[in-house]
Amino acid sequence: MGGWAITIHGGAGVDPNLPMERQEQAKAVLGRCLEIGIAALRSGAAAVDVAELVVRELETDPVFNSGRGSALTALGTVEMEASIMDGRHRRIGAVSGLSTVKNPVSLARLVMDKSPHSYLAFSGAEDFARAQGVETVDNSYFITEENVGMLKLAKEANSILFDYRVPLENTCGTSAGSVVTMDSGMQMNGLPISIYAPETVGCAVVDSQGWCAAATSTGGLMNKMTGRIGDSPLIGAGTYACNLCAVSCTGEGEAIIRGTLARDVAALMEYKGLGLQEAVDYVINERLDEGKAGLIAVSNRGEVAYGFNTIGMFRGSATENGFMEVGIWE
Amino acid sequence: MGWAIALHGGAGDIPLSLPLERRVPREATLRRCLSLGIAALKANQPPLDVVELVVRELENCPHFNAGRGSVLTTNGTVEMEACIMDGNTKSCGAVSGVSTVVNPISLARLVMEKTPHIYLGFDGAEAFAREQCVETVETGHFITQENVERLRQAKEANRVQIDYTQPSHGDTPPQPTSADNGDSQIGTVGCVAVDGKGNLAAATSTGGLVNKMVGRIGDTPVIGAGTYANTFCAVSATGKGEFIIRATVARDVAALMEYKGLSMKEAAAYVINSVPKCHAGLVAVSANGEVAMPFNTKGMFRACATEDGYSEIGIWDTEVEHNFIDLKS
Repeated sequence: MGGWAITIHGGAGVDPNLPMERQEQAKAVLGRCLEIGIAALRSGAAAVDVAELVVRELETDPVFNSGRGSALTALGTVEMEASIMDGRHRRIGAVSGLSTVKNPVSLARLVMDKSPHSYLAFSGAEDFARAQGVETVDNSYFITEENVGMLKLAKEANSILFDYRVPLENTCGTSAGSVVTMDSGMQMNGLPISIYAPETVGCAVVDSQGWCAAATSTGGLMNKMTGRIGDSPLIGAGTYACNLCAVSCTGEGEAIIRGTLARDVAALMEYKGLGLQEAVDYVINERLDEGKAGLIAVSNRGEVAYGFNTIGMFRGSATENGFMEVGIWE
Repeated sequence: MGWAIALHGGAGDIPLSLPLERRVPREATLRRCLSLGIAALKANQPPLDVVELVVRELENCPHFNAGRGSVLTTNGTVEMEACIMDGNTKSCGAVSGVSTVVNPISLARLVMEKTPHIYLGFDGAEAFAREQCVETVETGHFITQENVERLRQAKEANRVQIDYTQPSHGDTPPQPTSADNGDSQIGTVGCVAVDGKGNLAAATSTGGLVNKMVGRIGDTPVIGAGTYANTFCAVSATGKGEFIIRATVARDVAALMEYKGLSMKEAAAYVINSVPKCHAGLVAVSANGEVAMPFNTKGMFRACATEDGYSEIGIWDTEVEHNFIDLKS
């Protein structure tokens, strides 16, 4: 038994020009959430409870793209999704298309614990939230001023990228000003990296009993079609946990779904006998094709691992033997 | 090597005493859809087109739980879901919560080909259907009298269970009553195909679970759970959705071949054995034209054919109609 371990992320694919102040702000949130998880683990909390608790904190903070601060659909609304998996008995809960639930991950937990199903979406999920009496707020609570501006830029960039196929820097110099600087031409999900909202959040935990759990929550993709479901709520894609490990992914959702990224980390350990970091490296190198993504993982032996093929991933991890790290770049 | 095709119309607790009026039309549909798929493969249609074509036909048959004939939610409405995946490119498309689209599988194909996304649900999926001008109908088209009756019985069974069998039933799902002949929870449809060059595709479509909560998503549209295809194999699963999702059934058949070196038959059997008894079945074809159709339920409506002339249509373990017919003519 290797003791407890926890790892968290706030999204992969970070603008290399992200102002230092924003970087420090993100690191502070990651550090604070990590401390909350560490304290819970020290007091003997179960992995699944810690994963939910930490993701709730990440959702509640507007810095990342989940809960308050979620990315906006093409219509300017918020549609949040989340999932949670307890490696103990492989229990699962997931939600999509939430527009008023303050903490989507906790509704996913209730789907797991209190419904006969494992995945509820849109109005049915909202009805369930009301039946369970979880905290709901007006949709506007989730919409930040910054994201309204980002949606506008995303729509401009999209029309440029998809309609005219001309380099962004030649056409939007005046309208987008200093925000859209396409010096590297870097893109994620068809958006310039400066507009792409990477900050899905997730947490993977192993408790002192060796049980693993993972949870992921997101507002999805900036300027997404209404009704779009990404990888975060999909068990095996964005989230997975079993008796060997727990995994939470982030990045280009479509690539993560095609690569069944989270399950494949576990499958490589189970079926090919790889170690945790080996399995993580393999899926990042072999399972993403052209896609850009990152993931965090823990093993039942108390190891932590991460991998990403993007520029940067907001992340943090800690283990029982005193190791603690918060980082953004490679 | 050679082409192969397999299809299913759901796995579950199908009683051997299934009345003829429920059995005959389903067998006839399986036979007809199999012939359709065989003809398309012989005409060198791409497997992706073949699985879509076959699943459309299965959706149109009111005796299976997909498209017309979909089972009803607790509100008496229809919420269909479907998923399609191409093995070579791993391109995929999925829809959930569709209530007016005649052929959900074709909408899933459009999501794959005409949007930057993979998966659209509920109002957004319906709006996309209208934008793409796919055939839509009043939701009443999908609702059969038989399913209205199934919902009534499921609700009754539920109520009885909640009212009179309190002590130990917190987690037990409602059991079908004897009156509904035990086949109310099944009938998801799916098809997998491979051509002579080893190109693979899978498609699955369903109305979900009788008396399901509004908004419930099952395994069918979840890539890796109910549906998966890559360059090794194509898989479509059916059964108790919640168990299929947590076991990532479809992806695991492929992963066992890829990472553990199992043959497809071994991989498919391994995965079905790992799911609790009476919960799942699947159909699969491999790149070199093998077929597997394991299930751990009492039965699974299924059919398959391969280029060398083998074909099979079956429901239970014991009563399989084997045919060795010359398809090469």
